[in-house]
Formats: sequence, C-alpha cells, structure tokens
Amino acid sequence: MGLPFRLLLGVAVAGLVLLLGFPLASVVVRVPPAELLSRMSDPALLEALRLSLVSSAAATAVVVALGLPVAYLLATRVFPGKRLMEVLIELPMVLPPTVAGLALLLAFGRNGLAGRSLALVGVSIPFSTLAVVLAQAFIAAPFFISAARAGLSEVDPRYLDAAATLRASPARTLVRVMLPLALPSMLAGAAMSWARALGEFGATITFAGNLPGVTQTMPLAVYVALQRDVDAAVAMSVVLLVLAVGVLLSVRVAPSWLGWLDRAHARRR
Amino acid sequence: MIALPLLLALAAVSPPVLTVFAAASLTDAFEELGELYRRKHGGGDVRFNFAGSQQLAAQLEHGAGADVFASADQRWMGHVQRLGLARERPVVFARNRLVVVLPRPNPGRIERLQDLAREGVKLVLAAEAVPAGQYSRETLGRLAGRPGFAPDYDRRVLANLVSEEENVKGVVAKVQLGEADAGLVYASDVSSEIAGRFRVLDIPEEANVVASYPIVALAASTHPEAARAFIELVRGPEGRSILAKHGLVPPPAAP
Repeated sequence: MGLPFRLLLGVAVAGLVLLLGFPLASVVVRVPPAELLSRMSDPALLEALRLSLVSSAAATAVVVALGLPVAYLLATRVFPGKRLMEVLIELPMVLPPTVAGLALLLAFGRNGLAGRSLALVGVSIPFSTLAVVLAQAFIAAPFFISAARAGLSEVDPRYLDAAATLRASPARTLVRVMLPLALPSMLAGAAMSWARALGEFGATITFAGNLPGVTQTMPLAVYVALQRDVDAAVAMSVVLLVLAVGVLLSVRVAPSWLGWLDRAHARRR
Repeated sequence: MIALPLLLALAAVSPPVLTVFAAASLTDAFEELGELYRRKHGGGDVRFNFAGSQQLAAQLEHGAGADVFASADQRWMGHVQRLGLARERPVVFARNRLVVVLPRPNPGRIERLQDLAREGVKLVLAAEAVPAGQYSRETLGRLAGRPGFAPDYDRRVLANLVSEEENVKGVVAKVQLGEADAGLVYASDVSSEIAGRFRVLDIPEEANVVASYPIVALAASTHPEAARAFIELVRGPEGRSILAKHGLVPPPAAP
C-alpha cells in the first residue's frame, strides 16, 4: 500500500468515526455515571423500556413468522410478480416512517379500509399496544427478510440435490438442510429487525399515538423528555444505545459461537 | 475553499431571508402573514419553523439560528428571555381560546362537554409540556365542580386520554382522521379549509384558559431590521385582520 492511499483511508476512517462515533460518545459523557444510574430507576423510563422490549420482541416474532416463508419463496422459486414482491418488501426501508404510520391509519384506523370492518366486530387498533407492534413490524420486516433470503440462497445447491436424491420433501429439506445452514444469517436478520423495531418512532407516534404505559416506547419517551428535561432524555438515550450495541455486537459474535458449537458437536460424534 | 467565499458573496448579495420560529397553532395565520411580508418587502423572503413552543425554545437554546420567535405562552418565551436570547421585551400580539373538536360523524356521540367524561370516549390532548396541553388540563380543572359538572370531571375526562400529541396540530390530525372521538385545540386550529370536517363545542368563557402569544426579535438575528419589520407587520392593522380571520384575537390596538 502506497502512503497516499493509506493516508486517504485514514482520513476516511477518522471522518466516519467523527460523524458516527463522536455524537454518540457525546451522549454518553453528558450525564455523570452516578446520576445516570439513579435516573435508570425512574419509573417513566422503566415503563417505556418494558413497553419497548415487549413490543419489539412481538414485532420481531411477527416479522419472522410471516417473513421466513416469504424469504424461502424468494430464495428458491421463480413466480409471477416476484419483482413486485421484492419492491413491496423493500418499500418500508425507503418510505419515511410517518408515511408508514399514515398508511397504517388509513388501512387499520377506525375509518380505515379494513378498520371499518374491524370496528364492527369491536376491534380497534389505533392507540393500542398492538398498533405499536404493527408499526414496528411494518418498518422492521425488510431487514429480516432480506437477510434470511440471502442466507437461504447461499446454501450450496449440491446439498439440495443430495436431499432430493434421498427423496426428501421440500419441507423436510427446508427444515433439516436449509434452516441449519442459513441459521447465522437468519439470526443476524432477526436481530437487525429487532434493533430497528426498538428504534421506531415516526410510524408509532402517527399510528399508535403517545400514551405512557400503552404506546409510549423508549424513542417516544426520549422525544417527550427532551422537551422538559434534557438529562432525562440523555439517560434514556444511553439505555437505548447500550441495548443497540449489545444486539449488534452479539450478531457479530453469534456466528463464530454457533460455529464453535457445531464443531464441538462434530467432535463428540 | 473555493465554494465558501462564493457562498458568502452570494449571501451578501441576496436579500435577507428572515427565519421565524412560530408556535404550531400559528401555522395558518403566519403562512398568510408571510405572503403579505413578501409582497410588501420586495425581494425579502421569510421562512417559518412551526413546532410546539417548547420544542422551538429547546432548538433556540441549542443554538438554532432564527430572527423572530412567536410562542404560544409566556412560559417558553420566559425561558428564552432568561437565556438572554431575546433582543428586546416581548409583546403580546394575539390571544387564543380552546375549543373541543369532534369528527363530523361524531363516533363518540358527544353532544355537550359533560359527555367527555363518559367512559370509553377516545380523547386526544397535546402533551403536558406543550402550552395547548397545559391549557387543556387547566380548563378541564376549572370546569370540574361548576354547575352541571361533577367535582371529579377533569379526572374522569383525563382517564379517557388515548394519546398525548407532541404539538396541537397532532391533535387536529387525529380528530380529522376520525381516530379520536374528541380533542381540545385552539379556536385558531379550526381553519376555514378544514372547518367542514369538524364539529366544534365551545367552552364557557369563565372556564376557558386564554392563551397569550408573545413575539420577540432574537438577539442572534442577523437581520434585526427585517425582524422588526415583520413584528410591526404582525401587530399592524393588516396583521390584525389576518390574525382575526384565523380565529386569533388581537389585543386592543395600541393608542
């Protein structure tokens, strides 16, 4: 590597760390650790945190349950409308979350296209925790589906041929061959979806509203706190940051850990 | 290095662009005042940042560049003054009162203020940190115990709260979409374009908490002349008639 090239790389790295790392570090150092710890027991924070953890976990479950079959179809089949399906799945990543929230309202709101029928049977989604879960699932779905699809497509076709030669059904092949091989990608995708759901703000406040204990998740609580007490907002931001770092780091570590588990398993046999 | 002087030169030549931070409830009136300002001050432009007053105050506190601040209450104007961000003493240029808005089909079957306390009504208010949210809670408190109202009226109404919006326009949106059964907003929020989508319940004068809107030129303004001209326009006869058209009540004319 020539010196100018190395210099260029160094400048880019420094620039990126300044852009991403510096502001986040500024959040962490703003409030002294002792005060941060005492603020962690703030009931408002704990309530928002509990709601965030429950709703984002539920949203991830929804995304995995509906997304895995779709990812499998996209990875293994050619079907009419496949391109459209791909665009539909990518849209939530591109749309402003407020638009997603408005779309959800116009569909499942009390006067929404489907919401009107739901209201007849006494089901009302807006302003409920279910609305939070739907908003998060809407925004977070693409992250899992694209990762799961990539993982399933990377399975060596020779394994699939072998399974077919042994007359394994497609379902059996999926469960016994594809899923174990694609597990790391799927875990990574699920974690990304979960992290994205955890940070969701715009779709939630538009579709679900903002009520402590029911629909006020951590990002909404941070926003509201910011208008009243900056240090309370900082404490909540730090909690979110720690959670996000934890998830993203474990995604990096999990594959090697899984690999180690596999090898240990093989050794025992 | 080449672009910066060019940009600076461009900024010096082009007419000043006035930046006005205004409470969300002023959106309609100030948009129209902005049109008037552009017409009267040939070439001078104005852009607005509409948000909850508390949010604007926070933005100013953290160094947002603006020339004029118009708040929906004295609390956040006082906050800005205490930080030394105001160039002069603020003046009250308008007053506003609260009304109850209901979506046209009236899904909550609300006919009078007492109905807001009925169990199951979906009520949306501005959050407590927002002036409109604070006024709403005060007004409900003043209604409690009045003839025809239960002593715990406000508590029962607040038990129906389904969302605390981060500015008053969020309340308007939730009611306009028909998701909420009722919301408390400023009279000025029911603008002529959207008035047809709402039913409005008036709140008696005695219980109604009246909002005062102060306006001030900011110390950090780079165009103090233009800022003063804008404030004069808001307080002048044309400004007053525009404010009145949008449901705001200008104070008695200065002698």
